[in-house]
Amino acid sequence: MPNRQRPPHERSQPASPRFRAPSALTWVVVVGFAAFFIQGIIASDISVDRLMRGANNLVRFVGQAVPPDFTRMPNIADAMLETMNIAIVGVTFGCLFSIPLAILAARNTAPTMLVRTIARFVISVARTIPDLIWALIFVVTVGLGPLAGILAIIMDTIGFAARFYSERFEEVQKGPAEALTATGAGRLSVIFGAILPESFASITATSLFSVEKAIRSAVTLGLVGAGGIGVELSTAMRLFRYDQAAAIILVILVVVIGFEQLSSMIRKRII
Amino acid sequence: MIHAIEADRLVVSYGNLQVLRGISFTVPAGQGVVLLGANGCGKSTLMRSLNGLEKLQSGTIRIHGDTLSGAGRRDLRKIRQSMGYVFQHFNLVPQLNAFQNVLLGSLGRQRFGLLSCLSLTASAADRAKAMHCLDRVGMADRALHRPSELSGGQQQRVAIARMLMQDPRVVIADEPIASLDPKAGREVLDLLWRIVTEEKLSMLCTLHQLELAQEYGDRVLGMKAGRVEIDAPIAETDTAQLNALYTGMTRVDAQPTEAAA
Ligand SMILES: Nc1ncnc2c1ncn2[C@@H]1O[C@H](COP(=O)(O)OP(=O)(O)O)[C@@H](O)[C@H]1O
Ligand SMILES: [Mg+2]
Repeated sequence: MPNRQRPPHERSQPASPRFRAPSALTWVVVVGFAAFFIQGIIASDISVDRLMRGANNLVRFVGQAVPPDFTRMPNIADAMLETMNIAIVGVTFGCLFSIPLAILAARNTAPTMLVRTIARFVISVARTIPDLIWALIFVVTVGLGPLAGILAIIMDTIGFAARFYSERFEEVQKGPAEALTATGAGRLSVIFGAILPESFASITATSLFSVEKAIRSAVTLGLVGAGGIGVELSTAMRLFRYDQAAAIILVILVVVIGFEQLSSMIRKRII
Repeated sequence: MIHAIEADRLVVSYGNLQVLRGISFTVPAGQGVVLLGANGCGKSTLMRSLNGLEKLQSGTIRIHGDTLSGAGRRDLRKIRQSMGYVFQHFNLVPQLNAFQNVLLGSLGRQRFGLLSCLSLTASAADRAKAMHCLDRVGMADRALHRPSELSGGQQQRVAIARMLMQDPRVVIADEPIASLDPKAGREVLDLLWRIVTEEKLSMLCTLHQLELAQEYGDRVLGMKAGRVEIDAPIAETDTAQLNALYTGMTRVDAQPTEAAA
């Protein structure tokens, strides 16, 4: 029966892993996790007494924070503007740098294996180090102020966006790129003529997510001196001016929510 | 005489699976050759190797006398420029309209690559030529439509226009009508063959319909399990001989045990 010839992957397969007994490794992981969890609870010294006191303090904080004090609004607005500057400038450069980096890192666009490995390493370093630590590093290297914040946002954006861009490049259908290759087109022409257009919608969505993420992290960068509204907030907190702090937090809330609304509106239009 | 395609003892493998097992044939300039063979006998692999998309394990390929195997990147691109490729699944860029897709056909010969192929940047001559190519395949009125807004037959016409834009001397068509319904398929094949004849191109075209092969082809190349079984003018073959290509051990990945059964 010649018609019964089939490719190997259609032959009988081993039982699905779900039906096998948990392995020794699974046990080690589960027991290790449980031990860590219990040790954590003990170490953080949780007691009913402390929780009660904490609740009391929270009530006192709220009592002093209400009504919020908006007398320093001009300064707050200035600082908020600086935060948005940091976020927008940082995320723009971050997304721009992410595209070439993602091209070097994706399997179907990387020139060589070595370059791909290096690009992936750079991206994973950018991603693994948290934004606040990038900010600390740049405060040390370029000094206090918004530049440190911008650089921190660039690194944070690269870690996020370059990874998603390159994953998207690897998912595009092979056909169109192959068709352009077959006409004798060069590598870059194929990438920019077929692979990038196919990834465009997803790149835009990822970039908008990066903007939302950047605004949120730009708010906190000031806590370590990298410019923006965070500086105002940490000062107010340290001086126990909870009413001013509340005003700052409200402004942050409004701006962040506004941005998220705007960006999700744009995303819905594109996709 | 210089042939459009000369293949000499081609061997191509994927891992342990030897797909092309010593294929030799020629396509003389100006001839339209139909490639026949059951699914999985290695037709696509052969066509991809002719374009340098698949690496040869051994053997030589010459396109208009230029050796493809072992050519440097620049020479390879030059050979590819002279070879139009029509795919079963059209392979248009989905986000670009028909006009832009056709413009991309000239990518190979532009010194600045993509930069001189975009709707906004292409030269007036190239834009006029792209419109002319669309007109020849009867798609001028759909120039601004994206592939998703076109039927399969229309998409393949746009792909043929892209191939025309490239100014090739030889055309490879891998099952160009296999994804189309019989009527649209015949129309597209008619168009493709007419253009190839008018432009005096050479062509190697995979088909699955014996009657179409006999109607259009000058010559037939029959493949079975990675080897050439038939290489003869259409008139000298008979239907029984062609049908034999589709029975018995046709696939290159057939298992020995099943083959014996
Ligand atoms: N990229 C690939 N990797 C591994 N095996 C492949 C690849 N492409 C094709 N094959 C195998 O090579 C054989 C011939 O395929 P193909 O050339 O596509 O045949 P045809 O076009 O005649 O149907 C098939 O068994 C297929 O599974
Ligand atoms: Mg095929």
